Amino acid sequence: MSEVDIRKIDQIIKRFPPHESNLLIPILQSVQEEFGYIPPESVKLISRHSKVSRNKIYGVLTFYAQFATTPRGKYVVRPCRGTACHVRGSASVIRYLKSKLKVEDGYTTTDNKFTLETVACLGACFLAPTMMVNHDYYGNLNDKKVEEILKTYR
Amino acid sequence: MVIQRLKSLKELLQLKEELLGEYDSAKTRIRICTTGCRAKGALKVRDAFHQELGKDRSIEIVETGCQGLCAKAPVVSVDPDGIFYGGLTPEDVPEVISQTIRNKKIINKLCYSENKTVYPYIKDIPFFKAQEKIVLRNCGYINPTSLEDYIRRNGYVALIKIFRGLKPEDVIEQVTKSGIRGRGGAGFPTGLKWKFARQYQNATKYIICNADEGDPGAFMDRAVLEGDPHSVIEGLIIGAYAIGANHGYIYVRAEYPIAVEYSTLAIKQARERGFLGENILGSGFNFDITIKQGAGAFVCGEETALIASIEGRRGMPRPRPPFPAEAGLWGKPTVINNVETLANIPWIITQGGDAYAKFGTKGSKGTKVFALAGKVRNTGLVEVPIGMTLRQIIFDIGGGIPQDREFKAVQMGGPSGGCLPAEHLDTPIDYETIKEAGAIMGSGGMIVMDEVTCMVELARYFLDFCQKESCGKCVPCRIGTKRMLEIVTRFTSGQARQGDPLFPQ
Ligand SMILES: Cc1cc2nc3c(=O)[nH]c(=O)nc-3n(C[C@H](O)[C@H](O)[C@H](O)COP(=O)(O)O)c2cc1C
Ligand code: FES
Repeated sequence: MSEVDIRKIDQIIKRFPPHESNLLIPILQSVQEEFGYIPPESVKLISRHSKVSRNKIYGVLTFYAQFATTPRGKYVVRPCRGTACHVRGSASVIRYLKSKLKVEDGYTTTDNKFTLETVACLGACFLAPTMMVNHDYYGNLNDKKVEEILKTYR
Repeated sequence: MVIQRLKSLKELLQLKEELLGEYDSAKTRIRICTTGCRAKGALKVRDAFHQELGKDRSIEIVETGCQGLCAKAPVVSVDPDGIFYGGLTPEDVPEVISQTIRNKKIINKLCYSENKTVYPYIKDIPFFKAQEKIVLRNCGYINPTSLEDYIRRNGYVALIKIFRGLKPEDVIEQVTKSGIRGRGGAGFPTGLKWKFARQYQNATKYIICNADEGDPGAFMDRAVLEGDPHSVIEGLIIGAYAIGANHGYIYVRAEYPIAVEYSTLAIKQARERGFLGENILGSGFNFDITIKQGAGAFVCGEETALIASIEGRRGMPRPRPPFPAEAGLWGKPTVINNVETLANIPWIITQGGDAYAKFGTKGSKGTKVFALAGKVRNTGLVEVPIGMTLRQIIFDIGGGIPQDREFKAVQMGGPSGGCLPAEHLDTPIDYETIKEAGAIMGSGGMIVMDEVTCMVELARYFLDFCQKESCGKCVPCRIGTKRMLEIVTRFTSGQARQGDPLFPQ
């Protein structure tokens, strides 16, 4: 695993005014945006900057589904498991993704390419079943379509 | 172009006149949804239109938000004739230009059809005919990234009315008169909520727009923020003026990247033009808005959890009272309103509370946006006067069940809601009747299920959802949902045993 650039973390944190505990989540979001996860090295720096204890920071970052504490893949594949998608067969889409990518929900492929992360609803229920790959939406999925979509990212 | 900050109501009216003056409504405009329809390749279709038209400036391509009939994505409307096409591919585009645009010929295969009838025009399509658009008045018509488009369609005009002579109390009176109830789920009267917050004098106050839209199956808040973000900003300004707040937040879920992008842009535009900031339109009123992105927790849609999340903490609800209107964000009086609620407000102020109260039923005034999803033909967004029956919405507007299967039930109100079976098809939908029937209005998501949906499996699904999304604070939820899930899973996997609740004796 590559070393994390401490200076880069520092730069991101410094964009936010110090000692404002309410900025904790936006800071974590910016760090995650840059690195794809929250590197453990960053927690100490964030704690010093925002005056929130490391305990509390871990409390927050483990509470929200968005934050990851281990590196994620280049592409985050997020199939929807919401109700509308469920009644239109999302379970089979998710099963197919797991078998294709050979990972369980929440895990990253060994080549660090894909992370599989089911979500509660993407707000694209009209095209159920749906998924997102990074910021792109896909709808009316079936096994064949999923395979084609994955191919474009391989 | 240098954007002038508007310093008075007169300047706003002038700008509006100018914008209307230079607008040619007879021009051919191709409106294409580039938000929700992206999932089906709308951006490629848009690019194909640009390429095909080349330098031809006589035809305008307008990128819009949701046009409602999402099942047909990607969709395109052609003005001024009002033609509606769906299911477009880039390959269809040359034909649309050569046939429809240049030769006024309808292409049947791209039209909406129902029971073997082809409907080329929006005004004839049953899906659109029965609707009454207040919340969605601009959605699908304007370019959501254009403040000018919004102003041209009466945007920010409510502010003129207010700053010309409505006191905060008068605003609250109009909202109370309209009878509007919160669209985020609980249905609490908005006028009353504002009145509570108003009464705390000399305090810093906040107003928050709840755009967390956690209920799976609901997508109207996403559509409003992506299709008409300025209506929500205007609603927030009016609410802030009414309760006496100078700062507001839009708490939007991170799963909605387009909504985040467009509302951020809209706030920037509103600031540049002087609708936000110090001394708005020369009125002496100051107000600004910050965007906060959610971080993936269903429970943060609940207002006290949402407040905790904005404060940078774990999003766990706390018991009420005190209600946020008394002690909310940082302990200050705070009003939290849903996106759809706020999008109604400018209309209510310009048209008057009485005009709004003409729609709806005795206890539930106005219109409501429903999100049709699941096993229904016309999935998409519909806005109708409250009080229509489920049958009207699911069959007349929604076009019924695909493959002519049997209707089994409709799930309403998200995980806190319920399922209404066929016997309720003729029940009028308003807050009270729905509750009596065993579901809730919730945010207005309607997930239709047909004869092949297994209801026991669905019960298992919802328990799984609730268990995953439990914030873990209270034992009945943290452990209770887990045990219930185990029991129901035994039923769905054929492992149920003597002694399990509901096991036949
Ligand atoms: C578990 C839970 C989740 C909720 N999720 C949302 C939501 O996603 N969006 C929303 O507007 N309201 C949601 N609410 C309701 C809010 O607490 C609050 O009542 C609402 O935002 C108030 O706005 P309104 O009066 O305009 O409806 C939720 C409530 C609960 C208990
Ligand atoms: S339920 Fe899947 S996108 Fe909403």
